[in-house]
Amino acid sequence: MGYSLNFSVVWRNFDKLWGGLALSLELAVISLAIGIAIGLVLAVIYVSGGRFTRMAIAVYVEAFRNTPLILLVYLVFYGLPQIVDIRYDATTSFVATLSIYAGAYLVEVFRSGLEAIPQGQIDAGRAIGLTPLQRLAYVRLPAMVRISLPALSNTFISLFKDTSIASVIAVPELTWGAQWINLNTFRIVEAYLVATAMYLVTGYVMLFGLRLVERRFQVARNA
Amino acid sequence: MHEPLLTIRDLKKSFGRTEVLKSIDLDVGRGEVVAVIGPSGSGKTTLLRCINFLETYDGGSVRIDGAEVGYTEGRKRRGERALARMRAETGMVFQSFNLFPHLTAAQNVMLGLTKVRRKTKAEAREIAGHWLGRVGLGHKAEALPSELSGGQQQRVGIARAVAMEPKILLLDEITSALDPELVGEVLEVVRGLAAEGMTMLMVTHEIAFARDASSRIVFMADGTIAAEGPPVELIASAEANPRLFSFLARFRASHF
Repeated sequence: MGYSLNFSVVWRNFDKLWGGLALSLELAVISLAIGIAIGLVLAVIYVSGGRFTRMAIAVYVEAFRNTPLILLVYLVFYGLPQIVDIRYDATTSFVATLSIYAGAYLVEVFRSGLEAIPQGQIDAGRAIGLTPLQRLAYVRLPAMVRISLPALSNTFISLFKDTSIASVIAVPELTWGAQWINLNTFRIVEAYLVATAMYLVTGYVMLFGLRLVERRFQVARNA
Repeated sequence: MHEPLLTIRDLKKSFGRTEVLKSIDLDVGRGEVVAVIGPSGSGKTTLLRCINFLETYDGGSVRIDGAEVGYTEGRKRRGERALARMRAETGMVFQSFNLFPHLTAAQNVMLGLTKVRRKTKAEAREIAGHWLGRVGLGHKAEALPSELSGGQQQRVGIARAVAMEPKILLLDEITSALDPELVGEVLEVVRGLAAEGMTMLMVTHEIAFARDASSRIVFMADGTIAAEGPPVELIASAEANPRLFSFLARFRASHF
């Protein structure tokens, strides 16, 4: 064997990884934000909707949750422009894909959060004369946020890791950066080891931060 | 003779094939305190929940101040906004407190005041402070429900209900979920409200309290009102009413 590690080429091209990490985070945050919007709207429609709307939302959720993300990425970036007249760059295409994918997961997260709210709290809201919309805004959504927070954190970290798939359509995020170093220096082990460490550390820091946020809300949840 | 504040006529309610309420007639006058007692499953809580339309009913009518609560005259269910307006006229205190866990004690009381009564934040804060003081929790205004004992949570629940200045207060077994040593502080608050003339309908298992604090006791059994009358007379007449007698017998040892 006798492979001797040499990280110097990685450090020389570190801007590729550093810039890639920044883009990965950006992709995750934007997709999460759009995914939250999709998830919230559809979850609220789901719990208050009729049979047909529920079925339509369930189809979306199941379709996207049970399809490998990489296939969705290919379909949206290469497939869709062939069928309909749209143009977008790889990054936009990936954000759109990841957002819709995240939305499918978050509908479930928010729906189960909404359904987990004790009926008594909703009754209390009705009893003081809140309208359904007011109950949603002041009672159900705040309660749901607290219930859903841990699952939301997990989804965010999953999304962050999923951004590595953007490398298959040459979005210059972290994994793509590692690939670039590999292709240009053939230092495959070093490039991927450093990238892996960067995913790991970033993911861990995010997890730690999110758990802190959750704990802040925990007090209120145990009532 | 004034019209009673609450008029219930021929109220019927079934859950599936189980008839929970079988033609209930009940009047509650202004300032009256009526206690509803009876074995579990007799329909007490359902009766209470029909009065502010947390529960729909299948027949009969519930009127507060002459206005039918849940339905229009043609027995069409009222719209949600109209229902919300009607519900704001009745206060309810729940067995399991049901405080909003993400809001402080003061915010729990303020929510209905600002969103339903359209008070300003400052007005609402003042009213909340007043009522929290009245239930002995002026110093806990900024506490979250999770930081309060059961008795304290229930007193916030009472403050939340009465701050809305309801025409009638509905109390649903409000001490059943409390540790025995916390029951007294909650009943004390109720006694104070009764003394001030608040109209109340309370479902309770505290027979001694019902006897002392209410002007009338209603005994429910199997979805009907099996007996009713002023506390002393009702309890005295129990000998002649086997169901009431056997119900009260269970309490005699411990409460009388």
